[in-house]
Amino acid sequence: MTKTFNGRVVVPGRIDAEALVTHGGFNTLASLKTAGSFLNKKGEIQDHNNAELYGKLMPGKALCLPETIGSTTGGMVLYCAACMGVGPSCMLFSKKADTLAVAGAVLTYNWSDHPIVLVDDLGEEFLETVKEGDRIRVYEDGKVEVEGK
Amino acid sequence: MLLNEELQAIQRGEQGDEMARVLNTLVMYGEAFGAERMVKITGKMGHVVIGTGSLTWKPVFDLMDRLIKGGALPKQSFTTDPRGIEDNVPVGFAERMMFKLIFSNQKRMEKEWKKMGIKDDNAYTCTAYMDEVGNIPQRGDILGWAESSAVSYANSVLGARCNRNSGILELMSNILGYVPEFGLLTDEGRKADWVIEIKCEKLPEPQLLGSAIGFKCIEDVPYIKGLDRFLGTELDQNARDYLKDMGAASASNGSVGLYHVENLTPEAKDLGESLIKDGAGHFVIDEAEIARVKASYPVAWTSEGDPQMAFAGCPHFSLNQLIDWTGRLERGLEKNGRDTLTIPTIFCAAPDVRDRFEKEYPEEAGKLRKMGVTVSGLCPLSYTSNPLTDKVRIITSSNKLRYYSKARFYSEAELVEIVTGGKLS
Repeated sequence: MTKTFNGRVVVPGRIDAEALVTHGGFNTLASLKTAGSFLNKKGEIQDHNNAELYGKLMPGKALCLPETIGSTTGGMVLYCAACMGVGPSCMLFSKKADTLAVAGAVLTYNWSDHPIVLVDDLGEEFLETVKEGDRIRVYEDGKVEVEGK
Repeated sequence: MLLNEELQAIQRGEQGDEMARVLNTLVMYGEAFGAERMVKITGKMGHVVIGTGSLTWKPVFDLMDRLIKGGALPKQSFTTDPRGIEDNVPVGFAERMMFKLIFSNQKRMEKEWKKMGIKDDNAYTCTAYMDEVGNIPQRGDILGWAESSAVSYANSVLGARCNRNSGILELMSNILGYVPEFGLLTDEGRKADWVIEIKCEKLPEPQLLGSAIGFKCIEDVPYIKGLDRFLGTELDQNARDYLKDMGAASASNGSVGLYHVENLTPEAKDLGESLIKDGAGHFVIDEAEIARVKASYPVAWTSEGDPQMAFAGCPHFSLNQLIDWTGRLERGLEKNGRDTLTIPTIFCAAPDVRDRFEKEYPEEAGKLRKMGVTVSGLCPLSYTSNPLTDKVRIITSSNKLRYYSKARFYSEAELVEIVTGGKLS
């Protein structure tokens, strides 16, 4: 079954990817601080405070979340992860996106060949609906389709 | 967004392609938050969050090179976050080799910072607002800083105006000399979404209180009542140190970039409860809530056993804290009948603060050395990004370090008891 949500486009793009979901804040630095280096080539999420995501693989996923939290390296870490090929393909926020996430996505859009698409304000029902592994399709106008497994 | 003539010229490329791209990046960022204009940075110095030449951050250093080559340089001098390691910290051969590898961009980064106009070689600290470092914004100053704990302090304790900017964006703000006007730069954005009422009988440890506030408020602005019972109504050094540590904790468990403390912080003193938004939430923090928060921290050590190393001073200690902690350790050792600490212990402080401590307080500095304390300017978060040191059973009284590493959290009193050879009750 496919359900459709409409959000606000911050960084546009068309994406077809598998969902990775957190219902708590996503701490970008704690999650991705070594991603892409020889210490964590696969881009495994390393925030031991986030039981939903700890140990899961980030590259290419549609990251579904309420907000990001923590260090102001956040946007920079997203930029690095994108440049090194271990970032998410898109970030889909139930709430309005915060400054760090927007900064990261905007940096990838303006300064790299691997932009992270960012759509926010999708509503609480979005996070209640989407499950890990669901197929996510994102369109340029902010439409997000969630197809359950 | 409406741009003034100066910025329109930049957008047309009159100062080069990279400057135009810097501007467009900041405009896109600001428009996402409804900013209608760019405002000039009025703070005298910038602060950036990149102090460690991490291997993982190579794309950042490539971008910095690109900016330098394109002539896009900061308009003002700046300080930056701490280095990841210093030579005086006790580590084994294998660990040191690993540090060389994972921080292999350190020399490159420091060269780039020099080209961009960093304040000096001692400018590597997360507490650049200490008197000894001298990057102290004035009330009302517009800033383009990053570093979550420094932004929180500048907004809340100093009354400057700064959003929680990301790394690279803060550098670009410094390069442009402007930031988009939204959020914590506006009067409305500085109003409180939450009233936090402190009903503890004793002053809670700052990192635990900050942690509880961060969990509750996430990115909202809290108006904190009941702290002035303990801290008084003047921002003396003890109050400033407390708020520094509390704010850092609320910015790691959550994203709190500004808090008001009733009768104490500048805007709360002037504007009082008019800072509280209509319909603001209300939350009580008492001893039970503090205990609940502490008990919720996961233990992430990868092996069983006694602690092997201790860290305090994240964010970096003030001079006042270095002196205070010297006394605490001294009294602990005396109580437990020992001369030296049970495990290597690192106190982190800005290089300029450490230099003053050693110069003006040689007796205390000597005592710390004799006990087994190293005073270092490093960043303990970066220190634990080494997979070999991350296996060490580290204890800390810093919520921020606990969050970002496998270090185990103990209260300040517990940490002192452990390192001085006592037993926890």
